[in-house]
Amino acid sequence: MSLRRARLLAADLGQSTVALGLGFLIGALLMIVFGYDPVKAYPALLRGGFGSSFAVLESLAFSTPLMLTAVTFAVGVRGGLFNIGAEGQMYVGAIGAVAVGGALTMPPGLHLAAATGAAMLFGAALSVPAALLKMFRGVHEVVSTIMLNFVALWLVTYLVTYQLGDPSRAERAIPAQLTARYSVLGGTLTAAFFVAVAFAVITFVFLWHTRIGYEVRLVGNNPETARYAGISARKTALVSFVVGGLAAGLTGATQILGRPPSWTLFATMGPVRTLGFEGIGVALIARNHPLAAIVTAIFYGGLQNGGRLMEYEAAVPTELVTAINGILIIALAVPSVVGLIRRRRA
Amino acid sequence: MSSGRRRSTLVGLIGSLAVVAIVGFVLNLFGLRANTLIETALLAMTPLALAAVGECVNEKAGVINIGLEGTFLISAVSGVFWAEVLGSGVGGLLFGALTGAIIGLILGVLSVYGRAQQIIAGMGLNILGLGLVPFLLLAIWAFPGIHIFPGELTVPRFPVPTPVGPMSISPVTLIAIGTVVLHVVLYRTLIGLRIRAAGEKPEAIDVLGVKVDRVRLATGVLGGALAGLGGAFMPLAWFGGLVREITAGRGFIALAAVVFAGLQPTLALAAAFIFGFSEALAFTIAVTPGVKEVVPFHFVQMLPYLVTLAALAVAVGGKQFPLALGKPYVRE
Repeated sequence: MSLRRARLLAADLGQSTVALGLGFLIGALLMIVFGYDPVKAYPALLRGGFGSSFAVLESLAFSTPLMLTAVTFAVGVRGGLFNIGAEGQMYVGAIGAVAVGGALTMPPGLHLAAATGAAMLFGAALSVPAALLKMFRGVHEVVSTIMLNFVALWLVTYLVTYQLGDPSRAERAIPAQLTARYSVLGGTLTAAFFVAVAFAVITFVFLWHTRIGYEVRLVGNNPETARYAGISARKTALVSFVVGGLAAGLTGATQILGRPPSWTLFATMGPVRTLGFEGIGVALIARNHPLAAIVTAIFYGGLQNGGRLMEYEAAVPTELVTAINGILIIALAVPSVVGLIRRRRA
Repeated sequence: MSSGRRRSTLVGLIGSLAVVAIVGFVLNLFGLRANTLIETALLAMTPLALAAVGECVNEKAGVINIGLEGTFLISAVSGVFWAEVLGSGVGGLLFGALTGAIIGLILGVLSVYGRAQQIIAGMGLNILGLGLVPFLLLAIWAFPGIHIFPGELTVPRFPVPTPVGPMSISPVTLIAIGTVVLHVVLYRTLIGLRIRAAGEKPEAIDVLGVKVDRVRLATGVLGGALAGLGGAFMPLAWFGGLVREITAGRGFIALAAVVFAGLQPTLALAAAFIFGFSEALAFTIAVTPGVKEVVPFHFVQMLPYLVTLAALAVAVGGKQFPLALGKPYVRE
């Protein structure tokens, strides 16, 4: 690694650390304002996330969907797009997993593969309208993907309630059959974790070691140069949307086919709700690098997991973790927090 | 340019009125009353219009804030909280606007002085809202997901006789319609010229001694205040309660209205009405006997989002956005 790259990496790490510090600091202020005790809460948060081998296993289970939705956002940004449609693409992926994994009967092995594949295709299918609107009508993807998130929400709620509803439990869909489940490794951690890691690694290889991946990154980095090089920005937009959609659809699969105890989707969108949005923060802390996203997802998954112990021991609502994520993202949007302070003085 | 703009404004206004008239006629065939439909449409329009017009001015000055949804969410909670503290719904609205203004100021400082990537900062604001609302519901009222405040805090609407029957209109709706004044400010005054120049050619007004950073901060605060008013409006003058999903993507629909309007406040107002109307239509269809049994409620709920997508697909091409939009201004 050259000195310049090492410097850049150090700067990235430095900024992520400063942003994390700011996130926790403001989180602590929020706690104090509302009468909670951060001195009790934060240690509980960390112990709940990483304090024992069982906690770590649970944190890995929490991290599985996050690294995938982070990949969705990261692939978008690498291609110059702000794809925030992981939430909806994940919903349709989850219902795809329910449809094939729960409603159909197949031999073991094939069933799991088919259900996972269906989820990925469903997710990719929902990303295509946003890609087409971007490519041919210039519609900004932030707005189109959010609108599609809501369309997906109501479509999937409808399917959970009626077509794919569990006859014995009105509030949820039929659970995945035994032949369509990832094997449980301990607690709620399943083999789906390795599928997620593999997908992140494949995305890395795709972006940095294939021709089309290079084109995607070039358009994202420098659209002018890419245009002179004859690269079609439409093609790379479609590619990065579809790869993102596959990742988001796979997220749905990991939560239906690979997350005990329910193995199914609820009409409230449990167990996937908000995971698509939270992946954005995970991707940004990872500087939109798929491999780094594996690490930051495990860290953020640990916070989500530890949030439960924080709620139990210090009564702090676990949603504070999501709020801290938002602050983190805002802090990470500023190129240099230190620079901000310096410029204010000047 | 100016006559073209006026023509497109006219087409937009007449077009939306025509759509409303046709839909009203069709609904009449089902025995529905137009006045309740338009009443709901005006309520649904209000937060969209406030946020969209404010964001038009903000983007004209060269700053993008896609955190309208987050501003809505946080101001809704803040508005209800202060309404209860002050014992006044109107007071709650004002504090909602103040909350929005503070958010706009913070985001403005980050964008103008911190050279933040504005889309990412805005997205962070939305996610902050997503987590903060359920957190605050528990932290303040110790109840998960929902809070119903005393009925007397609801800001009253006043009855208005109209050709299609009596309607009740919220004073906030009048403010929302009144933001059309900003169109005049933007295109007919010196302040407006400076705002537009800050977005098109910041170095030009900098040379003239106008402080680009202050112009942009001011529009950020204005946009935030209007969005904050819209956020507080939802619980305090429309729903009569607070739920964690209270905004239901309206912040993003408002953004769509901004894009649809090509940053023109009058067109943004028209777009807000179209989107509000489609929301009202969805409400109405969902409770209409004879229709609600046939069309599932879930599909009706998609209507506002589908209408928004369709409107964008039709309208976006050829819109001119400020040259310096989203770019921090750094003096050479």
